Amino acid sequence: MQITRRDAVRGVVATGFGVATSTLVGSSAIAADEIAVGSILDATGPINIYGLPMIDATKFAVESLNEAGGVLGRKLRLIEADCQSNNQIYAQSALKLILDDKVAVMMGGITSASREAVRPVVGKYPTVYFYNEQYEGGVCDKLVFCTGVTPAQQLGVLVPWATKQHGKKLYTLAADYNYGHISADWVKVYLKQTGGELVGEEFIPLDVVNFDSVIQRLQAAKPDVVMSLLVGGNHIAFYRQFAAAGLKDRMTIASATFGLGNEQVVLKPQEAEGIVVIYPYFQELDNSVNKDWVAAWRKRFGSSYTYITDSACTVWNGWHLWAMAVNKAQSLERDKVIAALESGLTFESPEGSIRLDPKSHHVVHSVHLAKVNDKNGFSIMESFANVEPADTMKVCDLFANPNEHKQYTPKY
Amino acid sequence: MEFLFVTLIGVAFAIASLVLLSLGLAIIYGMMGVINLAQGELIMLGAYTVILSSAHGLGVWGGIVLAPFVVGAIGLVIERCIIRFLYGRLLDTMLATWGLSLAIIAAVTLALGPTTEGVATPLGHVAIGDYALSVYNLFVIAAAAVSVAFVWALFNFTKFGLIARGTMQNADMVAALGIHPPTIYMATFALGSALAGLAGAVMAPLTGVVPSLGLAYIAKVFITVTVGGAAIFGGTLGAGVFLGGIESAVSFISTPIYGQVAMLGCALLVLRIAPQGISVLWRRRG
Repeated sequence: MQITRRDAVRGVVATGFGVATSTLVGSSAIAADEIAVGSILDATGPINIYGLPMIDATKFAVESLNEAGGVLGRKLRLIEADCQSNNQIYAQSALKLILDDKVAVMMGGITSASREAVRPVVGKYPTVYFYNEQYEGGVCDKLVFCTGVTPAQQLGVLVPWATKQHGKKLYTLAADYNYGHISADWVKVYLKQTGGELVGEEFIPLDVVNFDSVIQRLQAAKPDVVMSLLVGGNHIAFYRQFAAAGLKDRMTIASATFGLGNEQVVLKPQEAEGIVVIYPYFQELDNSVNKDWVAAWRKRFGSSYTYITDSACTVWNGWHLWAMAVNKAQSLERDKVIAALESGLTFESPEGSIRLDPKSHHVVHSVHLAKVNDKNGFSIMESFANVEPADTMKVCDLFANPNEHKQYTPKY
Repeated sequence: MEFLFVTLIGVAFAIASLVLLSLGLAIIYGMMGVINLAQGELIMLGAYTVILSSAHGLGVWGGIVLAPFVVGAIGLVIERCIIRFLYGRLLDTMLATWGLSLAIIAAVTLALGPTTEGVATPLGHVAIGDYALSVYNLFVIAAAAVSVAFVWALFNFTKFGLIARGTMQNADMVAALGIHPPTIYMATFALGSALAGLAGAVMAPLTGVVPSLGLAYIAKVFITVTVGGAAIFGGTLGAGVFLGGIESAVSFISTPIYGQVAMLGCALLVLRIAPQGISVLWRRRG
């Protein structure tokens, strides 16, 4: 064993100051070796239906990276904040993680409103930020990496499929904030392309639990397909009241959000069966990476774990893409890590092989159409390989415009 | 015609749920003058009674029957431990019950987890021409009607009701007649809690149930009772019909967003015209 000068000095300092100080020096020496990384998600409040599996995925990803030797040979130290479904707390927590804890990377944000609360903070105190959740697309920002699935990969496939399978008349129900409004516009874009007809569009505040009037308007408008872009625990009431009013036999629900909060487990099979969704990840996916991953997840969190959501897999992808980039850059320096992230990384994820698009900071996913089955899970119907996040890739070029910090919205 | 009929049932359902949810607070705040900010949590506990009883084989209906007793008992404990020391101290009561509300949410989160639970809506649906209607909505209307009738009869035709009304008007006088007012306060508070529990239980199969459920209802409930004013039955019923009717009618015409806006706007207007609540309007004449 070679003794370096630093080790020798540390030894002298430790013996010189006695037992109490030596433990102090010892622990701070370990802490300095660790890399602080931050996560901001909702463990409580109405958005926690999405947050809880994502928090588990965060812990699981960081632990697995540490077990494999960490990043740059150093262990990761995860600092988590519960933002309580409150956007104000998001901004505060982001500020604390960046300025006080000096995290090397920050991941999190669930609703698009929370992401937009965090993004200005990241812009002001530049930090690499990963937003690992399905969203409405269009964020074009040198510091931000959006690893979730976007409208081109969901609605771009789902709208044509649903109008072909179930009929041309479509009714959109969307959550009343930026995600719902922008996604509802995307529905119109894709509906126009396929020649469908929009017979109604409604925006529902997140605290609404009585959908009586909505259900009646649905019966008056008689759509073939109800496109649900509803969000949060309160909105689960819609699916329940829809089934209770007996509308399941009259129209089909297709959704870009259902299941991310394990709605198919909260609802009974007779209420949820038949709802059509589209995501890159389902627990039922038949590939070897996923089988090992699900087994390891069950070992970590218990065999009775409800269901591993698409968002959880996206969180896993985010952490691993970042770790790959840091190891490739051989540095934690922000610009070098971003350059490595922009080098065309591919990752063997439980959802299959994914690719991080360098110019737009978005991910090319393979997506699967699935139906809620009678066992509180999903049955996959059809798969689409390597679908690009065209909504963002077509408009966002961070090589040409590295100083861009905006979100593109659809034109229809 | 069918459309009109279904809309009317929809409006009746909105009114019934508002009245049912507000009835407990109408007694606790409207009658006893206790600003109970934990009322929403009593509703939430009622909802969880249904979740737990259906998970343990008693079914949804067992839970609905059980909920008033369970939550009534919890209300009794709350009254004995906290509220009884604070009668007549408005601000202190608000602070104490607000703390209590946070504590109950935290306790339920710790005990049962922060995840959304739910039971399927029972009873199925009926077809009315081209429209379908959940039968359970009709049950909610019936449950509200029965509860209002029960409370009205209890306070107007029983000895307990007479004594309770007397105690609220002049406790010293009642004490002079040999009745122990604290016992009456205790029973009345427990009754208000039991009604909140029943309301939560009846609403549970329509939504998802989370520990923070009460927050979705508390504002509406307080607005209804405040707009209602001093007369418990007339006031709450009147305010429920007025606000619930406006909210659902506007929701049916436009969207739930405007429904909420219209309801809050009307509440403001009423309190401007009749600061003592709408029951003053017909009390003055009477």
